[in-house]
Amino acid sequence: MATTGNSPLHQFEIHTLLPLSAGGTDISFTNSAAFMLLALVLSTLFLVLGMRKRALVPGRWQSMAEMSYEFIASMLRDTVGSDGRRYFPFVFSLFMFILFGNMLGMIPYGFTFTSHIIVTFAMAIVVFLGVTILGFVKHGLHFFTFFVPPGTSPIMWPLMIPIEIISYLSRPISLGVRLFANLTAGHTMLKVFAGFVVSLGIGAGILPLAFVVALTGLEFLIAFLQAYVFTILTCFYIKDALHLH
Amino acid sequence: MPQLDPSTFSPQLFWLAITFVALYLIMWRVALPRISDVLQERQERIDDDLQKAEQLKVDADEVLRSYERAMAEGRAKAQQVLHQGAEKIAAESAERHAALGEKVAGQMAEAEARIAAERDAALANVRSVAAEVAAAAATRLTGAEIPAAEAEAAVGASMEERG
Repeated sequence: MATTGNSPLHQFEIHTLLPLSAGGTDISFTNSAAFMLLALVLSTLFLVLGMRKRALVPGRWQSMAEMSYEFIASMLRDTVGSDGRRYFPFVFSLFMFILFGNMLGMIPYGFTFTSHIIVTFAMAIVVFLGVTILGFVKHGLHFFTFFVPPGTSPIMWPLMIPIEIISYLSRPISLGVRLFANLTAGHTMLKVFAGFVVSLGIGAGILPLAFVVALTGLEFLIAFLQAYVFTILTCFYIKDALHLH
Repeated sequence: MPQLDPSTFSPQLFWLAITFVALYLIMWRVALPRISDVLQERQERIDDDLQKAEQLKVDADEVLRSYERAMAEGRAKAQQVLHQGAEKIAAESAERHAALGEKVAGQMAEAEARIAAERDAALANVRSVAAEVAAAAATRLTGAEIPAAEAEAAVGASMEERG
């Protein structure tokens, strides 16, 4: 779809900043890659610089770094249990990456790489394949009993097993699409209402402006919430793989 | 929609893989161990402090107990001393009382003896005086000289007669 500069979808366009290719595959450094790199750098600085004093009584910054650690650690402990510790670095990286991606997208003229379905879907597929492999490694072929809900009579199996398999296979789609759709819809809506401010001008434009202000607050909430949802669902999938039901 | 343009997929996936793997490695190897070290250190410090506080409390309890024990001992000792003092005083006073009684009894007996002796002497005097008086009276009345021994014998007989 061709988009012009004024289209609400213009913000999602990919611009090549540094054309690169490897083996005929386009691996150009784009605005999306730049924001991914920015998320990587900022989240690393946030944690490493925040903890540089290693204070016994933490300051504000160190408190925030510790709080993010404790937040994900307790999430993982509450859902998976103590044997989920091994997956903590992955779950934490996932949360940080998505959170910083979402938050960077809130900067005007910024780019939201989590609003691209290929990015969110790739992360969802990695989670899906990871937990599936984990389940098979942990339980072998016994993993297939996951598709039989406990307590169902064998008469119901022909119905229940396909439903369970379909629900399992739809996990990466729902996981990826949820993040992509939330971010895309939110940012599009912001742009649409911001456009109304311009077209209505001074006077009536105050209404969509107020709406944009409120919506921006909501978008910050969604930016956090979607990172949280993606992470906690990953925790649940890890729990399912480790403990089956 | 720009998100559905397949030509953007490969560069995005490539850089997603690079950045996410890098982030994962940094988190795993650098950032998270630092935080967990600090948190663990703090937890250990808190546990240590709690333990120290508990030890101090135990010590304080011990001190309090020994203080109370010393207090009780002192009180018992004071009671004992008081009791002993009272007993001693009572014994002394009883002794003194007895000694005084004895002394008084002795003095009384002595006095009684002295009185008896005095009385006897007086009685003896009375007899001789009575004899003299009788002799003198007899001489005045009769003009006869009565020997002292005779007068005394007569007075003695008369006194004996009257009791």
